[in-house]
Amino acid sequence: MKLTQGCFSFLPDLTDDQITKQVQYCLANGWAVNIEFTDDPHPRNTYWEMWGLPMFDLQDAAGVMMELAECRRVYGDRYVRISGFDSSHGWESVRISFLVNRPPQEAEFELVRQEVGGRAIRYSTVRKPAAHASQ
Amino acid sequence: MNAHAGTVRGKERYRSGTMEYARMGYWEPDYVPKDTDVIALFRVTPQEGVDPIEASAAVAGESSTATWTVVWTDRLTAAEKYRAKCYRVDPVPGTPGSYFAYIAYDLDLFEPGSIANLSASIIGNVFGFKPLKALRLEDMRFPVAYVKTFQGPATGIVVERERLDKFGRPLLGATVKPKLGLSGRNYGRVVYEALKGGLDFTKDDENINSQPFMHWRDRFLYCMEAVNRAQAASGEVKGTYLNITAGTMEDMYERAELAKELGSCIVMIDLVIGYTAIQSMAKWARRNDMILHLHRAGHSTYTRQKSHGVSFRVIAKWMRLAGVDHIHAGTVVGKLEGDPNTTRGYYDVCREDFNPTRLEHGLFFDQSWASLNKMMPVASGGIHAGQMHQLLDLLGEDVVLQFGGGTIGHPMGIAAGAIANRVALEAMILARNEGRDYVHEGPEILARAAETCTPLKAALEVWKDVSFNYESTDTPDFVPTALETV
Repeated sequence: MKLTQGCFSFLPDLTDDQITKQVQYCLANGWAVNIEFTDDPHPRNTYWEMWGLPMFDLQDAAGVMMELAECRRVYGDRYVRISGFDSSHGWESVRISFLVNRPPQEAEFELVRQEVGGRAIRYSTVRKPAAHASQ
Repeated sequence: MNAHAGTVRGKERYRSGTMEYARMGYWEPDYVPKDTDVIALFRVTPQEGVDPIEASAAVAGESSTATWTVVWTDRLTAAEKYRAKCYRVDPVPGTPGSYFAYIAYDLDLFEPGSIANLSASIIGNVFGFKPLKALRLEDMRFPVAYVKTFQGPATGIVVERERLDKFGRPLLGATVKPKLGLSGRNYGRVVYEALKGGLDFTKDDENINSQPFMHWRDRFLYCMEAVNRAQAASGEVKGTYLNITAGTMEDMYERAELAKELGSCIVMIDLVIGYTAIQSMAKWARRNDMILHLHRAGHSTYTRQKSHGVSFRVIAKWMRLAGVDHIHAGTVVGKLEGDPNTTRGYYDVCREDFNPTRLEHGLFFDQSWASLNKMMPVASGGIHAGQMHQLLDLLGEDVVLQFGGGTIGHPMGIAAGAIANRVALEAMILARNEGRDYVHEGPEILARAAETCTPLKAALEVWKDVSFNYESTDTPDFVPTALETV
């Protein structure tokens, strides 16, 4: 399964050159850039691990790209995303988020159904064990 | 034309009989509206021979304290405070016989937090008043003190995005088609294919409620199976707007509760359920972590013609106060009415915390929203992937783009239609953020993206000649003019 979270998951994976331009876009908007990684990309997992603090006050995307290279070196087998955070009033939230690294074998989810009253079903999205996940 | 008042005061004012509205205190050209006043702007078209000032004063009178004759019981009240005051009347540019009347209402005239009371006051009686040929409520200004008596959008754009984990691009939706006749099982198939393909949302149409071909429980059960399967297949949060519109509030609450029990993140209502029902569902949505989608069913009966009715910008303001999260606000390029500048005004009402006066967008007043949540505008009706650059340019990124026919009518199937839309969107966002002139290079950007995406290639081919170029009826009365340099 190709995980399609983030802003650009339906395009071919971004090159570093393309990532640099998106980071520059964030900086031009005055957003803090954050690098996060996880081995649990469940759609409800809000809190990926932070690669250091969000990068405030940067001018040049090169600084982010250096951190990204380092993060990938350590956690290249995980999902890594970059997000831009806008602290201005009325937003104070993420304004863009996109994947910049995928593990060699992507996560797979399956649906677990618990039949409850009437015809209703309670659904859980759960991770398939890696051994059973397709290549 | 805004000269003297001529208000009669004291004992003479209350002599039994009739008196011109303009002399009863409803025309006060020297009045300066208070920060706490509600202000309404009407387009007044008096009958032949009726003085525009008197007609406008009558609107102020009939939408506040006046009746057709003088009543002594006014003297038991602080009548001058309760009288709405028309303080300015201007001819409408380029429209002889029509006038813009500015009317101020004291805050005490309105029940806090009630659109029903507000609308009963402002549009309750006066639209049928005989001396007027036509009347239109163009815009309103609400004081912060009044805005703060409303809940506002149950979720708002920011929290909706956080819950969905979707940032930096418009959301994508589709209305299930055909809108009538599908069984629950077939309906759920369309939902599954569209969401699995790459849309964020699918949507019931306004008149999908509970009919012989598909009762509501069936629809909800099959749709939620589809949503959850698509979520597991993509690793993304998905949703479908389950329309809970019904004949009674009790039925609506019952439907809303099942939607919640099944784990839906969003429910939908139609404008025709009425303002009080809308406010009730907004409170329910806030209590139950539910996004509330509003379809503006019926609005064109009173918003479309410029001479008579209520402008949609007023409806949009009322709905932001009432507390819905999504509102259909036009596409400009699609099949339904929508002048670009007027539509821009609606979108600003939905999404900004402060609207400055912008006559060219139909906004006549500064309006502060006092940190009320933002509403997500929804663009729906006759749009397709080939227009992506125009849509992004005209509507921005905080919008739901609904491609119903543009998804389901795709020659390679529904999922392929969804892929085409998502790829077109992401390619356009990428290009915009890179600083490219995406509006002009749009067709080229799409063609390039289609090189590695067959579904997009097919979509661009099949709908390449589709556009809806008709004159808009609801256009702004003011155009910006270049300032002369002295």
